[in-house]
Amino acid sequence: MVDIRSGASEAIPLAEVEDVELYHPKSWWTHYVFSQDAKIIAIQYSMTAIAIGMVALVLSWLMRLQLGFPGYFDFIDADHYYQFITMHGMIMVIYLLTALFLGGFGNYLIPLMIGARDMVFPYANMLSYWLYLLAVLVLVSGFFLPGGPTGAGWTLYPPQAILSGTPGGQDWGILVMLFSLILFIIGFTMGGLNYVVTVLQARARGMTLMRMPLTIWGIFTATVMALLAFPALFVACVMMLFDRLLGTSFFMPAIVEMGQQLQQSGGSPILFQHLFWFFGHPEVYIVALPAFGIVSDLISTHARKNIFGYRMMVWAIVIIGALSFVVWAHHMYVSGMNPKFGFFFATTTLIIAVPTAIKVYNWVLTLWRGDIHLTLPMLFALAFIVTFVNGGLTGLFLGNVVVDVPLSDTMFVVAHFHMVMGVAPIMVVFGAIYHWYPKITGRMLNEAMGQIHFWVTFLGAYLIFFPMHYLGLLGIPRRYHELGETAFIPESAHTLNMFISVMALIVGAAQILFLFNLAWSLKRGKPSGGNPWRATTLEWQTPQTPPAHGNWGNELPVVYRWAYDYSVPGAAEDFIPQNQPGLGMPTREHAS
Amino acid sequence: MAQTIETHTGETLQRPLGLRGVAADLSSDQRAFKNISWGKAMMWIFLLSDTFIFGCFLVAYMTARMSTTIAWPNPSEVFALTIGGHEIPLILIAIMTFVLISSSGTMAMAVNFGYRRDRRTTAIMMLLTAVLGATFVGMQAFEWSKLISEGVRPWENPWGAAQFGSTFFMITGFHGTHVTIGVIFLLIVARKVWRGDFDTERRGFFTSRKGNYEVVEITGLYWHFVDLVWVFIFAFFYLW
Ligand code: HEM
Ligand SMILES: [Cu+2]
Repeated sequence: MVDIRSGASEAIPLAEVEDVELYHPKSWWTHYVFSQDAKIIAIQYSMTAIAIGMVALVLSWLMRLQLGFPGYFDFIDADHYYQFITMHGMIMVIYLLTALFLGGFGNYLIPLMIGARDMVFPYANMLSYWLYLLAVLVLVSGFFLPGGPTGAGWTLYPPQAILSGTPGGQDWGILVMLFSLILFIIGFTMGGLNYVVTVLQARARGMTLMRMPLTIWGIFTATVMALLAFPALFVACVMMLFDRLLGTSFFMPAIVEMGQQLQQSGGSPILFQHLFWFFGHPEVYIVALPAFGIVSDLISTHARKNIFGYRMMVWAIVIIGALSFVVWAHHMYVSGMNPKFGFFFATTTLIIAVPTAIKVYNWVLTLWRGDIHLTLPMLFALAFIVTFVNGGLTGLFLGNVVVDVPLSDTMFVVAHFHMVMGVAPIMVVFGAIYHWYPKITGRMLNEAMGQIHFWVTFLGAYLIFFPMHYLGLLGIPRRYHELGETAFIPESAHTLNMFISVMALIVGAAQILFLFNLAWSLKRGKPSGGNPWRATTLEWQTPQTPPAHGNWGNELPVVYRWAYDYSVPGAAEDFIPQNQPGLGMPTREHAS
Repeated sequence: MAQTIETHTGETLQRPLGLRGVAADLSSDQRAFKNISWGKAMMWIFLLSDTFIFGCFLVAYMTARMSTTIAWPNPSEVFALTIGGHEIPLILIAIMTFVLISSSGTMAMAVNFGYRRDRRTTAIMMLLTAVLGATFVGMQAFEWSKLISEGVRPWENPWGAAQFGSTFFMITGFHGTHVTIGVIFLLIVARKVWRGDFDTERRGFFTSRKGNYEVVEITGLYWHFVDLVWVFIFAFFYLW
């Protein structure tokens, strides 16, 4: 006989708050459109984010066409190239990844994984989505307004961002960009407050902080960071709007534009850079931490092993979040700064590598001698580890002032940040969608299409971005729409560029297959049952699949153990759900 | 043979004493902050985020002031009023600050009376707070129009660095907006108190959640925060 003392407690803690009374929608409109149910809001967020993400993807094709085949596409002139670059970068980072991880996965998973019925303030949660949608529409309107969208680069550095030499600088482009960002921030704040308070104050009985799945830790920490980092962007946007509309000189030094001395003088462009990167660096981790969390759960579930070093993982997430507020100026080495600051920021940057490396080791140690199922989510999780390590290592190069100065503004940087914050989180997004799609729809995504999607995307993305390191070392600058005839660029570099562009088109095509799979499987996918991956976390234990309004039927779940009881020796099955009391013997049939 | 296997590293659910107890509470199940309602937690976190907004504004102001090439106007001359032939420096701002700080006092009393379920006094105190707040905004409007009539614009002013006007209008404007929003909320909540919504747990319009007197306290949190921010703005703009 084996006695298993799994979980620290058999005792059921008393409920501290009475069960909330839900808002029940009365009409089709309030049910599906102006819905206050976090699960519907999550789907709205995700679909909007994916839709606008497709725009960014198409823009990347256009850029790659120009870079790979300069001169063939007349309509992509320098101005258009800058506009594409700017919109691509901004959409990918903010309107796709931030919105998808926090607004999409956050909304869907937080209440379900912590055993709540909904977010704490569903109405504000709903407003959050509609403001986000408005922000996206305002952003897109830039394409149709006179002068087109802004071409200032996603960093929007002044003074050039609001001067007439930059596309959209003296037209509508920069205005709609700034307005859209402000709307996004206000909308995000409404949602973000919800996510944080829900995690802190609305967990199920028995769900202690240290029993939360790492997904929740990642999303939670990222949301807290976003609530503290977005204010800097907000302030920067407001000030730049004033510079542009009222002629103030917050960021404008004395400057001559087209042979004319401007009225403005005495402002500090560097101030903008500080504000922007005080937001911008944490932003990198705002998309990375949810990815860290999700990938931990994917690995543990699909390797049928408890996550290695759970506590260390939690603390690493929190420490990375905190440290990322004191490294921002590593983006400004070439702007010029006191060498002591350079030293400080280089040091803090390198210190972040320590908790990050701990996480990577723990993922690998979780895999070590696990019962690895090479399911699609697992494949994407592995791809994440590979690309993330790659991008993290080049990050160590760029964190050092002396190495960064020659590499800054070359394709090396483009390779670095695409690996670490482009491809790696996107891999997790895909993995997460393959993982949770069955819960959301009740059907599995098609495996064959998924395999094609995975291999093309993973290998393709590597073939796109890995060669860019080499291009960067050659000295090929970033944000150049054409290289022209230059002695230091060998002919082979042009061939390589062509190759990269072809790969970019192929990878893009694979994403269309993925979207098709999403739609196709909705009706024709294999029915999945309630817990196809045999996972422990609460969202797989709901009475219905997809979960109904209120998530849990009449009775809220009670949690008896952490989220990682996989392959517990002596247990009846190789997983013990978090809400299962006792010795790990099933007490009821699993819901389907 | 019985064999014991630890599969979980979480704490036990009995609460230890002292600092460990605090940690245990924070990491316990259901709620990290015991006895703090959702609404209150949300307001605290919002205020934290708002602190960062004001912080960034003020840091931007300090940077601008320290790095401009042209001299900064002298605040005690700029913000002086001539009353009965005397130039009194900072007089208006002193009154404004006094009014706003007093409104924090009436707000605190409203919260107290709210928890005693004294509907009438609570509502009166909240209205009084709103009136003081509105007075503050009114005096700020007066100050703005005075400065504007003297030629201060966001992009220029007669006395020195243009950033003086830009930061002044931006930051006091942003703060004034906060006060105005606070006044509106005070009026809405005062009306609810007066009507007895919180005694009957009538459902709120936005949240469809049951109302209770804690709403008064949450409004109060916001109000005190806005006051506190003013102290910083006051110190940085008028006393520096
Ligand atoms: C198939 C996928 C992608 C391709 C082919 C691609 C391609 C490109 C290209 C060609 C550039 C401009 C490089 C230059 O000339 O400086 C660029 C910039 C950028 N990309 Fe991507 N990208 C992809 C995905 C992503 C993703 C997922 C992200 C999310 C973080 C992202 C974020 C950015 C950013 C922030 C910039 C910088 C924009 C700027 O310089 O202002 N990209 N990308
Ligand atoms: Cu950074």
